[in-house]
Amino acid sequence: MSTYKNILEVRNLQTSFFTDDGEVKAVDGVSFELPKGKTLGVVGESGSGKSITALSLLQLLSKPGKIKGGEILFKGKNLLDYTEKQMREIRGNDISMIFQEPMTSLNPVYTVGYQISESLMIHQNLNKREAKLKSIEMLKLVGIPSPEKRVDQYPFELSGGMRQRVMIAMALACNPDMLIADEPTTALDVTIQAQILDLIRELQAKLDMSVIMITHDLGVVAETCDYVAVMYAGQVVEFSDVRSLFKKPKHPYTVGLLKSLPRHDIEQEKLQPIKGTVPSPKEMPVGCRFSPRCPAATDLCRGRMPGLITDEQKNEIRCWIYSEEWDGDPEVNIYGEERIAEG
Amino acid sequence: MTKFIIRRLIQTIPVLLGVTILVFSLMHLIPGDPAQIIAGESAPERQVEQIRERLGLNDPLHVQYGKFLGNIVTGDLGQSVRSSRPVADEIGTRFWVTVELAVYSTIVSVFLGLIAGIISAVRHYTVLDVVIMIVALFGLSMPNFWLGLMLIQYFSIGNWMPDWMSFMQMRASGWGDSWKQVVLPVITLGTAGAAIIARMTRSSMLEVIGQDYIRTARAKGVKERIVIYRHALKNALIPVVTVVGLEFGALLGGTVLTETIFAINGMGRLTIDAIRTRDFPVVQGTVLVISLLFVFVNLLVDISYRFLNKRIELD
Repeated sequence: MSTYKNILEVRNLQTSFFTDDGEVKAVDGVSFELPKGKTLGVVGESGSGKSITALSLLQLLSKPGKIKGGEILFKGKNLLDYTEKQMREIRGNDISMIFQEPMTSLNPVYTVGYQISESLMIHQNLNKREAKLKSIEMLKLVGIPSPEKRVDQYPFELSGGMRQRVMIAMALACNPDMLIADEPTTALDVTIQAQILDLIRELQAKLDMSVIMITHDLGVVAETCDYVAVMYAGQVVEFSDVRSLFKKPKHPYTVGLLKSLPRHDIEQEKLQPIKGTVPSPKEMPVGCRFSPRCPAATDLCRGRMPGLITDEQKNEIRCWIYSEEWDGDPEVNIYGEERIAEG
Repeated sequence: MTKFIIRRLIQTIPVLLGVTILVFSLMHLIPGDPAQIIAGESAPERQVEQIRERLGLNDPLHVQYGKFLGNIVTGDLGQSVRSSRPVADEIGTRFWVTVELAVYSTIVSVFLGLIAGIISAVRHYTVLDVVIMIVALFGLSMPNFWLGLMLIQYFSIGNWMPDWMSFMQMRASGWGDSWKQVVLPVITLGTAGAAIIARMTRSSMLEVIGQDYIRTARAKGVKERIVIYRHALKNALIPVVTVVGLEFGALLGGTVLTETIFAINGMGRLTIDAIRTRDFPVVQGTVLVISLLFVFVNLLVDISYRFLNKRIELD
């Protein structure tokens, strides 16, 4: 019925903040795609541009942030060509978003019922009573006990986990095709984290949704995602299916991330952090942005920015090592001094 | 909600008692013998003694206070020394003049202040914002007696507005043309308030607009207008309501200069005249009435807080 293959295709997205000190490129040429019904994880450290990417998708950036270029193809149509009014019809209806901080993401002066009802009244033209009934149904769906009572409560009367459930109920009220979850579990207790992730997965299957999971937690990625985009300093450095990524990470940064994570399937003497910090957007390296921290970096890396290279599994890596121009040791040890025995 | 209001009402009782104690002590804190002052400096000792007896000044303090309190409850505020009329009557005729003036001025300041503040916040760092804030700064720094005189100079004498008659006349003639007489005093009184409210609204709105829940509302596809007026404004109003309450209270006691300039016979002038002529029963009465009104306004502020944010509880 439709001509698009992927529900979402992002091509060369560029988002900058125009401050008094000049332009700060927060997202610099990000591309990825998400097949329908699948989950894409966007991982990276703080400041890597993952949240800005998410906000760009819905065009929710506040000043001085601005999308400079690229394409965001949702169901084959470029959202960047839409007017603000058209975008409003997309938001909360076709694409919903949940945020990191359930404690502050709900309006303190309105009942949770009203806040869920609102999108139903906007997008589905329900009246107040119908919307409230649907809200109760949604609260039940996200596993909130005695929803008839909860619907009239204010956010401060609910715990953090409950509030995140309310956020999910709100996001899913209009049956969106795609859910963007921006660090949905970061602010929650570990036990609640697992519950929320399970809930998202369960509802994804039930409602046939596609999900973009933004996180800095590779554990969450391993548990929930089909594809992963690893972001570093505003760029995607590795785009891969989740199996290949964990089995054989290719980009030195991804390798570093995995090494800094405790695993129980392989033997590790101690965790190895990635040395150094993410470069500040004002002092971006000329070449590969990871080169100052990369154990395998050469003059080539420091001199020129690598492009995205597609490998035989159709995964993409932004690294000179996999290019034809790489004239160093082809078996370069990107795993550093102590290579982790593969499990 | 009813429980909240009742609890809050009970809490005002100690405040009210405190006010009466302060007002009561006025009589005793004023230097000199009240009876002597009432009788006049050259009055014979016998007459002073008579007055002292009549006022009950020979009774122990607690008995005097008890009587004073009892009288207040029955609405008896004593007699004006100057006019020999009951203080309650003296105040009664002027009370509503001042309240009316304060109410209109507050309405004007809230209306102008909110609109200016919201526009400034939504369009922050634009030329419009800068202009509004500069105007607000002027409004804030302008002494209102000066503003009143300037308004008279340009509008009344320049015949843009009809001559002002006394506020009392206007009240007697009822509404109709009379709004013209209220305009200038209300502008004079309302300007500073509007400026304060505009600045308060702006900063409060700016803070709220940056909150996560505003982003959530936008992510739901809510129209920007509704995001501002429903999601942001209700949260931003809480500090503004406090300022409005304080402003209203300040207006009640602060209309003196404006009343003088516009020849309005209100509470402010009554108080000043009473102080000048040492008519302390009237001073007591006006201070008491204004204090009670202030307490009442604060009660309203607290109730509206609760209405704005259900989380606000009393400690």
